[in-house]
Amino acid sequence: MRATVPNPFDELMEHAKRLTDGDTREQIVASIFQTSRQICQETVTYTKQEKRYETEKLDRIFTSKIWGFPIMLAMLAVVIYITIAGANVPSSLLAEFFGWLEGYITLLFQQLHAPSWLHGILVLGLYRGTTWVVSVMLPPMAIFFPIFALLENYGYLPRVAFNMDRLFKKSGAHGKQSLTMAMGFGCNAAAIMSTRIIESPRERMLAILTNNFVPCNGRWPTLILLASLFMAAGYTGGWKTFATASVVVAMVVFGIIVTLTVSWILSKTALRGVPTHYTLELPPYRRPKIWDTIVRSTLDKSVYVLKRAVTVAAPAGVLTWVLANIHVGDTTVLAYSAQLLDPFARQLGLDGYILLAFILGLPANEIVVPILLMGYLSTGALIEVDGLHSLKQIFLDHGWTWLTALNMMLFSLLHYPCGTTLVNIYKETKSKKWTFLSFAIPTAIAIVVTFTTAHLVQWFGLL
Amino acid sequence: MTEAKLARLSDANPGERFRITTLKIEGTMKRRLLDLGFVPGSEITVLQKSPLGDPTAYRVSHTTIALRKEESDHIYGERIGNE
Amino acid sequence: MNKREYTIALAGNPNTGKSTLFNVLTGLRQHTGNWPGKTVIHAEGFFTYKNEEYRIIDLPGTYSLYSNSADEEVARDFIIFSKPDVTLVVLDATALERNLNLALQVLEMTDRVIICLNLMDEAKKKGIVIDIANLSKKLGVPVVPLAARNKEGIEELLETVARMVHGEINTTPLVVAYSRAIEEKIAKLLPLVKEVVGEEYPARWVALRLLDGDTSLLHALQHHPHHFLKEGATYACHCAKSV
Repeated sequence: MRATVPNPFDELMEHAKRLTDGDTREQIVASIFQTSRQICQETVTYTKQEKRYETEKLDRIFTSKIWGFPIMLAMLAVVIYITIAGANVPSSLLAEFFGWLEGYITLLFQQLHAPSWLHGILVLGLYRGTTWVVSVMLPPMAIFFPIFALLENYGYLPRVAFNMDRLFKKSGAHGKQSLTMAMGFGCNAAAIMSTRIIESPRERMLAILTNNFVPCNGRWPTLILLASLFMAAGYTGGWKTFATASVVVAMVVFGIIVTLTVSWILSKTALRGVPTHYTLELPPYRRPKIWDTIVRSTLDKSVYVLKRAVTVAAPAGVLTWVLANIHVGDTTVLAYSAQLLDPFARQLGLDGYILLAFILGLPANEIVVPILLMGYLSTGALIEVDGLHSLKQIFLDHGWTWLTALNMMLFSLLHYPCGTTLVNIYKETKSKKWTFLSFAIPTAIAIVVTFTTAHLVQWFGLL
Repeated sequence: MTEAKLARLSDANPGERFRITTLKIEGTMKRRLLDLGFVPGSEITVLQKSPLGDPTAYRVSHTTIALRKEESDHIYGERIGNE
Repeated sequence: MNKREYTIALAGNPNTGKSTLFNVLTGLRQHTGNWPGKTVIHAEGFFTYKNEEYRIIDLPGTYSLYSNSADEEVARDFIIFSKPDVTLVVLDATALERNLNLALQVLEMTDRVIICLNLMDEAKKKGIVIDIANLSKKLGVPVVPLAARNKEGIEELLETVARMVHGEINTTPLVVAYSRAIEEKIAKLLPLVKEVVGEEYPARWVALRLLDGDTSLLHALQHHPHHFLKEGATYACHCAKSV
């Protein structure tokens, strides 16, 4: 029916087409801008000439040839330093508080004559797993992210993108990938959603596949903990914090190098293509509403960490307790699995329990260290960690060296994304193949890198 | 035509002013540049290069926009002296 | 009869504090999702002012509404097809010239527009003085100065919104004058546009888009022809599920 009656739209479009020439858009936009300019000339006056170009003056420093990169590194180091220095005390206070509370909960269970397996699951598994995550995760995250948000609101992040753009271009990736990486510091799963700002599908895929090389919320504490226990052992006081921060900064920089390398390789192979055009706005620097930003960001992050603790850490705590208490023959399921993984893990400079913790930690990176501790302790429950010293002793008792710590940090930095991130990758790409690759590529890299470091250290006899 | 005399925006140095004559690029990128104020007739200022030499930041209608050389190569106009 | 809920669209360039304004207006009464079929974030929220309910849609931050990208298409479609009762255009007072570009485009699409001149605190700090009354006169729509971060100007904005939805404000949006060649073409096309599209859509804007060869508008036209052809048909936009 439609075919016989000429569609009025087609007619209209035809008519319009006959009238159009190539630069219509140019003329239209030029007229609009001219109008804007005219209106501004008649309504806007600038009374402080010296203030007009303040942002440009600051940019001459923040993106200067000499200072641009050192300032970036220094900012990262300062943020991490403050996080480490500030998180220690509240972390141990929280741990003490939860330990104190546990005493009363245990008393309550005894009063009610609850069976010991119930106490085991609920208190030793669920309660300890959850409170560990809260006391170790909450303070650093509640410090890191407000500072990060201040930098973001100030307008610094686009400058990072501006400084680093050439590196991304060289590796065939989109310049905005650095912005999605900045999101990844908070949460890789959220960063996957933020890759939507990259319109070209090829470059967006690169950003998705490599986002995991930026340590997230759930991995910062692991990196900080291991760095301060093993890498900064020879230092005390402020220097210790400084050494810890340096190691963590080095990890971040290494993650960025891996990101660029993987992007480069992929854009020469599976995701071949040239970088698309893009424009980057450098908005004016604005002094953030300092208290508003801090309060909002602290609250947001705290709610987020608590939610993760309840939804992910709690069930994982239960599961780990169960695995550690079901006996097969004379050993537990947990110990048996760890033994199975051990020979392979040794090749990576790790051990079976560490690898198992990473596997069981797939749902959330936060729970890797708690699971590991639970595995190490024959009691089958998460221990009460009454100080970093006893924590280190547990690791040392299980044969840890600085190499074990380094490789666990590297594995944590490079291994597969957490379950939530994988789900988001599938939702965004709608492709099983790419979701699988976003699991397989980081895992392969994590294995290769840790294998290499372990064997190099052996080779050179550094241990 | 006088087109032979036109300079590329990418040739202009930091501190220089530049009046756009034409955009020799098509498609989405052209439209996006237009939206940002890279319109024929408009005057822009070259602010500075990124530490690694590319991209370059420009002041265009009171905002700062960074372009890679691949884009600024296609923007032609006159160099109209230093600021 | 149910009390009427008014719909407000929030448009603006990126980095203008649009989301800040959205948060200030809606507080916790907001939720986000996707625009159906698009990988574009759809944020909507609700607020009450003087016992009346308002639904506010935070359109993607864009530099223009010429449908160069999915973001721009979403924003354009919402303004054209959903016909919000008021469209707020958030402008950065410190970069008015570039920001006005978008405002002028919106004024071509609808006459129920309020200009929110945001970041006035920043402008003041930089010594930028804007003649609000004159700007409002030139644009032909209300202009409200704001500092959304400090919650300054919100009351005046809400009052202006309320008056506009009740038809107490007459607007005469500025008509951008194009080159003679383009104006002639618009004049040639206009009668046909009015005949096909009807009075319900901004004919001059449609003519401009057609001259611009906007294929995505053509797409929207042909996939929802009834919305154009039927007089008075209310078009449930792409976000119909949330209505």
